[in-house]
This record gives sequence, structure tokens and C-alpha cells, in this order.
Amino acid sequence: MKISMSKMNFNESLKKLEEKYKIYAPKLFPYAGRFSDTDLVRYAEVSTIEEMVFDKKSDFSPKEILLPQSETMFYFTEKEYKEPDVEEKGTLVFLKSCDLHSVKRFDEIYLKNKFSDIYYSQRRDKIKFVIVGCKTGFDSCFCVSMGTNIPEDYHMGINIREDEVELEILDEGLKANFQGQDKEFEIDKVAMNKIELNVPEEINLEDVINLDLWREYDKRCVACGKCNFVCPTCTCTTTQDIFYSENENTGERRRVWASCHVDGFTDMAGGHEFRKKHGDRMRFKTMHKIGDFKKRFGYHMCTGCGRCDDACPEYISFSNCIKKLTAVLGGEDE
Amino acid sequence: MNNIYMPSPYKILDIQQVTNIEWLFKVEFDRADEINYGQFIQISIPKVGEAPISVTEFNAEEGWIEFLIRKVGKVTDVLFDLKAGDTLFLRGPYGNGFPFDEKYKDKHLVIVAGGSGCGPVRSMINAVHKKFKSVKKMELILGFKDTNCIIFKDEITSWQEENNLVLTVDKMCEGDSCDLGVNEGLVTQHVDKLDLSNIDDLEVVIVGPPMMMKFAAIEFEKHGVPEDKIWLSFERKMSCAVGKCGHCKIDETYVCLEGPVFNYTKGKKLLD
Repeated sequence: MKISMSKMNFNESLKKLEEKYKIYAPKLFPYAGRFSDTDLVRYAEVSTIEEMVFDKKSDFSPKEILLPQSETMFYFTEKEYKEPDVEEKGTLVFLKSCDLHSVKRFDEIYLKNKFSDIYYSQRRDKIKFVIVGCKTGFDSCFCVSMGTNIPEDYHMGINIREDEVELEILDEGLKANFQGQDKEFEIDKVAMNKIELNVPEEINLEDVINLDLWREYDKRCVACGKCNFVCPTCTCTTTQDIFYSENENTGERRRVWASCHVDGFTDMAGGHEFRKKHGDRMRFKTMHKIGDFKKRFGYHMCTGCGRCDDACPEYISFSNCIKKLTAVLGGEDE
Repeated sequence: MNNIYMPSPYKILDIQQVTNIEWLFKVEFDRADEINYGQFIQISIPKVGEAPISVTEFNAEEGWIEFLIRKVGKVTDVLFDLKAGDTLFLRGPYGNGFPFDEKYKDKHLVIVAGGSGCGPVRSMINAVHKKFKSVKKMELILGFKDTNCIIFKDEITSWQEENNLVLTVDKMCEGDSCDLGVNEGLVTQHVDKLDLSNIDDLEVVIVGPPMMMKFAAIEFEKHGVPEDKIWLSFERKMSCAVGKCGHCKIDETYVCLEGPVFNYTKGKKLLD
């Protein structure tokens, strides 16, 4: 079903949907950006289309809806483990094609990979995805090179126009909520990015582990982990147990986002640590994004959203790193 | 769907001090029949955390499991405050373990273990020693830092009776006394004492610190042992043990899922 409707009517529909769904979209947080006088755009609950920000890239991806930055796995009361209650409302997420592709990568790890994760799957079952058409991308994007510019498996798609919204509704449950005029259109897709990469199809770890190019990152990378936290496909976590200071007999087990760039990621009890050099961590991440994930699951992990480049305080460009690697491995880039 | 992270409570049956920093915990366990030699369990302590610990011995009939635990971390520190009768929370077993029936059965099995690396191989050694599992021959090289660090002394004495066992310490301290016939030197220096006359029949298991495993594997290769007859057990930081948290991943391999035991053909390619 393809229709168009006014923004006012669209907002009315959202209002109705709010009874059943929590609605998430990128939202502007004024002056909350990483430099003074800059804004932050990140996913949060919204009620109207005017609150949604799609003309700027969201600094953080929607992954925090699927895998919260910090989530309680168990509550401890004396010696009991109790799982937290499950949110009953559904979730409606407005996102761009590249970010929907990252959900497929999350599914690979949290629903498959031998074991299925109950916290993720409970949340995942209740989510419906609304693709927001994207025409040109942003300066650091390279979705076309990563093949994530064409949306797949979405419940609804919209183009946000000057004075109307075009809707392609595929999900039966959502159809009844939107009334408008029939209209023929296509969801906007990025046809070309400013950055074009020729990502090698297969990279062997032994061929790249000793390359000189990683040494550049030994000093340049300050191991802050921002690239991991903004990445829509970084799925790593660490469990943390805490007890409440008011009552030490009770507490909780949480899992929080982890970063392979940050100290401690590989530290074992007793102190042994792997990948001490920051350049080796850069290599580990790079290989995961464009090498070993594909070896295991059949396609590259990186979606080309470019958020890592935007977030890096040292102006390290991941797409540039891929270019350098491609050049060394005999590709055509650079 | 069941929650893969939900641990179950089990009672500690007995705690033995093995060395100053290593204790042996015997814990009730109703799923010991699922355990394979070399697998690990997540020990979970509410409000403290979880740690992956190798199963060092188990008995399905009597329903217990043993862990050799070194006091080195947040979780293990708390374990050392526990007493017999207290409750531990466990989930697992996890990992693949040693492919005994597929690869080592009726072969000439050589096991090289360093320090607490004896933990993961102990149940397999005992099974062979007690004739629960059959091999053509078993030979052992067990290496420790010094004589004070030697663990499982009683068992070593009994293993020695029927198997060629080389016990070695990195450095003999002055005034050291040990009636087990201790040699000096790294495990690699004692490979010559093994019977390597029929390499076709051989399977070599090496478990210990990363450097020890690396150089021991190279030493066996020098002696003509093909890579595919060498087996290693990896140790990595883990949070989840079920392929989610990413800490133990090396290249495309999750140590918690496909390991901790790897054939050397694969293990040598797992580069950090």
C-alpha cells in the first residue's frame, strides 16, 4: 500500500500508535554535542514527525534500542536471580537503510551464533522498522560500497517531503493506522556516495597482521572507544555485577557496551593482556568489520555509516584505513 | 525460550588447599554426564560476577565436579572466602573439550601441561590412568615454576607408577626437597625423553601459558610431529561464554564456542 498524507495527519496517526508502541527516531539534543555549542542527535522517544531529525546524521545509531548501553540481566535478592520484567509495549523505530542493515548483523550474533539471547529476542520480536528514505547520505557515508543503501525487510517506508509524507506500508498491522491518498513513488535510496571504496572480498589475518600500516594507529588512536560506541554493528558487551549501597545483600547483574579499543577488553584474571598496541586493536576491529565477520556469516559487518569517522577525536578515518589496506593488498584504491 | 545466562545453585562439598594460591573446590553437579574432558563452566557469584573455569575432574555417578581455582581475580577472591556447605552458582558446561573418542582413543597419547594447565587435562589423565578410557600408551610432561607450585602430588605419584612421566620445574630452589623425582628446565627441554618412535600413532596435547604452548608445539614439530597431531587449549577473557560478548573472539573464531581446544593447524592461525 502506497499513500501520501499531510504531516498533520501523519502526526495524528503517530498519536494513535503511541497507545501500542514506543516510537523512536533520531532527536536533537541542543548543546549536548561533543564540542561546545554543538548539538547531539541520538535516538529517543518522539511523538511527532517534526521531532525526528533526518537531515543530520544521528551521532549514535539505533542499536541502543536493541541492546541498551546498560541493561539489567538479573536482580539479586539474597541468593536469588530474578529476571527483570519485560516491556509490554511494542517499538516502532524510524531509521535509515544502513542502520536497518546493522540489525541483520545484530540478529546474526544475538539470535544465532549457536545460542539465542533471550533479552535481545524479546525486544526484537516487538520491534517494527520504518525506513526513512535517504537520497544523498552525508560526507563520511559509504553505504553504496557496503551494499547497505537498499533497504530490506522493513515494515513501512516513508519519504519525508516538504509538506507531505509518502508512505509505503507493508505490515498489515500498521496499515489501519494510516489513511491517505494513493500515490505511486519509490523510497529514496542513495545512488552514490562521495566516498567510494573497493573493499576486498576476502582478507586473511596472516596476510595483514604484520603490516606496517597498523603502526600509524599505535600513537594516533587514543583507545577511547568512541568508534565502537557509535558503530551500529559493534555488538560486544561486558557483564558487571553491582550491589546496592543501601543494602549490600541485593544488587544486579548488568551488561554494558564494551569496546575492543579500550584497555581491559582482553585482560584475563592474573593480568595477561592481548593486543596491547592500539594499532593492533585497530587491526582487530578493521578485520572484524571487513574480514572475519564475513568469513563466519557470509557478508561484511561494516554498513558504511561513517559514524566512526565523525566521532574520532583523532580524526582517524575508517574508510581511509580500508583504502590503505586495499592498496597494500593489491586492490585498485589509492 | 530459556535464559542461557541463568545459573543454577549448587552446594560446595569440599575445599582443599593445593598450594598457597590454588584451591580445589568439589561442588555438587547434576549435569556431570554432559561434561567432556577440557570443557569449562561459568562460575557465577551474585553481586560479584562470573568467571570461566575449567572442569578439572567430574563424576557423573556421584554427581560432582571439581575446579582448580587460583586466587587471581575478582570472582576467585570471593571463592576463597567460601566454605564447604556454601552455595555456588554454575552454568555450562561450555566449549568443545578434547576429542578423546574421535582422535585419542587407542593412540599413543602425550600430554604436556604447564602449571595450572594441569587443571583442564587432569580428568582425561585420570580416565586413562583408571582405565575408563583406553589408549595404547600415555606419556606426560608436567612443568611447574618451582617445587612449591607442584599440584596434584598424590595423583602424580600414582600416574608415575604406570606411565612415563617427566616432572620438571623452571628453577630448582635451594633446599628444595621433593620425592617425586623432579627435573629442572622448561618442558621443551624434556621432549627427548618421550618415545617418539612411532609418530603415526601419536597425539600430543599441550596446555599451559601461551608462550609455553607456542614453543612446545614448535619443539614437537621439530621432532617430526605433524601439526594435525598437536592439540592446544586456549584461555581467553570471557563475559558470556555463549558467543555474544565478543571478548574471546580471535579472527572469525569464538574460543567459547569452537574452543577452548584447538587442533594446532587451526590454533597456530589464531593470531592476536
